[in-house]
Amino acid sequence: MEFVTQHPVLVVSLIKIAIALFVVMTALAYLTWFERKVVARIQSRWGPYWVGPHGLLQPLADGIKFLFKEDVVPPTADKVAYLLAPFLALALALTTLALVPIGPATISILGQPTQLVISHSPIALILLFAISSVGVYGVMLAGWSSNSKYPLLGGLRSSAQMISYEVSLTLSVVGVLLLAGSFDFYDIVGHQAGHWFHFLPSWEIFPQFLGFICYLTAAIAETNRVPFDLPEGETELVAGFHTEYSSFKFAMFFMAEYGNMITVSCLATLLFLGGWLSPFPDRWSWQLYLPGAGLIIGGLALIVGGLRSVQWNAKAVFPVLGLVCIGVGYLCTLHGATHPVAKAVQGPFWFISKVFLLLFFYVWARGTLPRFRYDQLMSFGWKFLLPLSLINLVGTSIFVVLGWHP
Amino acid sequence: MSVAMLVFIACGLFAVLGAVGLILAREPVHSALSLVLVMVALAVLYLLLGAAFIAAIQILVYAGAVMVLFIFVIMLLNAGVEVRTNLSHLARWVGLPLAILFLAEMTYSLFHEYAARTALAAGGAVAGPVPASTEELSMKLFTEYVLPFELTSILILIAILGALVLAKKESA
Repeated sequence: MEFVTQHPVLVVSLIKIAIALFVVMTALAYLTWFERKVVARIQSRWGPYWVGPHGLLQPLADGIKFLFKEDVVPPTADKVAYLLAPFLALALALTTLALVPIGPATISILGQPTQLVISHSPIALILLFAISSVGVYGVMLAGWSSNSKYPLLGGLRSSAQMISYEVSLTLSVVGVLLLAGSFDFYDIVGHQAGHWFHFLPSWEIFPQFLGFICYLTAAIAETNRVPFDLPEGETELVAGFHTEYSSFKFAMFFMAEYGNMITVSCLATLLFLGGWLSPFPDRWSWQLYLPGAGLIIGGLALIVGGLRSVQWNAKAVFPVLGLVCIGVGYLCTLHGATHPVAKAVQGPFWFISKVFLLLFFYVWARGTLPRFRYDQLMSFGWKFLLPLSLINLVGTSIFVVLGWHP
Repeated sequence: MSVAMLVFIACGLFAVLGAVGLILAREPVHSALSLVLVMVALAVLYLLLGAAFIAAIQILVYAGAVMVLFIFVIMLLNAGVEVRTNLSHLARWVGLPLAILFLAEMTYSLFHEYAARTALAAGGAVAGPVPASTEELSMKLFTEYVLPFELTSILILIAILGALVLAKKESA
């Protein structure tokens, strides 16, 4: 306890990191499940079904499988860079999330008041871009160090693509920065509070719609996802930069990709979609009950669905999960939702809902769009997206200089 | 010893190790990676000095853009392992003495500065707070130093034009 009182910030940060790591790792695992389920539904299939009820234990099974697979290192590989690449990719993908705040509330851990973010910095946005710009090394080094043709081509493609789209990605965000006048996520979200005409939330997506479109497109390319997944286009490059990686090193690249997806979705939420702000005006007090009500309805659905299921494990597990959901939901609606816990839940509820919507958009795009050709990808990035984000930047600057911005 | 001192020593060591590795590595990619290590270590040193913005820009520009392009070119040209030669005449008779001179100069000024600082500290003088916030930095950049800033932009523009001219096909 003496250590805790001497280094309060250190101890609280470590606790927050441990919680965040657990939550993010679980979210990563279940994002793969979610993606497979949604893509399966788009393609009229069932997706993972047999490992646990509705395939809910599939991520766990995949993880164990990766752990026990033989770890093959190509004899001609450059050992240092080959080992470094997956660690770099995953570590950097997870580090960026330390800068993402998920709510305005101040909670207390071990008696220390602390914010719902691991690292609150006045230049958080630049730091986030700095960390994610170094993330290219993971892919590049993986491609180079494998000492094999397909990974090299994949690594080259991917680094060219990431360098090209990073320009548009960064430029598309500058419009929001001009309007908010700060690099701090708390200020950026605070600037988006309020409503136009008493109903339209004053989020940056409306004045910065061009910027939002540019950001979303560039972000998909930045994370090497369909329709910009040329670096791993399996029809031409086997698996691109991670062809020579097996076992858990492959899983690390996989997790890094999903981690980057979560990061760019969080960033889009913070910059364009009002972060943790509720879309409804403050005077509608019933919105305070929404997180609790959502949990209770979800719990009821789980109980009914579980009891109607033909799988015996679903019959056993789902009602229990449903009861837990209902219990937590009840806690969130206590005292007319003015209880401190219920209030602290509001921000994260809206934040996570918006991030989830964006992630769904990602998966949806993957399920419906065909892959670009490489020259199309490059000319789209440089000849369309970059001018578009520049037009947005110049237009926003003119508005700000003339003092027309809301 | 304070935590800041420990971090300083660790980063200094990493920076020197990276610099030595940059010269000694025979694989071009390893050299480039050592340079990245130097830059990241420098960024942490900036952070220790309270210049978070400069630290972030250092990583964003040097580690995240310049070195990525370096490695990209190395990969694209598929540069092989470097061939070692003996020192050339120029390196032996001009380079080595210059390097030794530079080292001596650095050592001298470092000790000189250190002595001056300890004398100042003994006299009770403390270094004033450094203006480190982004606002102050940008105000300085766009008022006091606007001419060098614009000149640098023009320099970069010339470089872009040069690259365009070089990349243009002959039969235009």
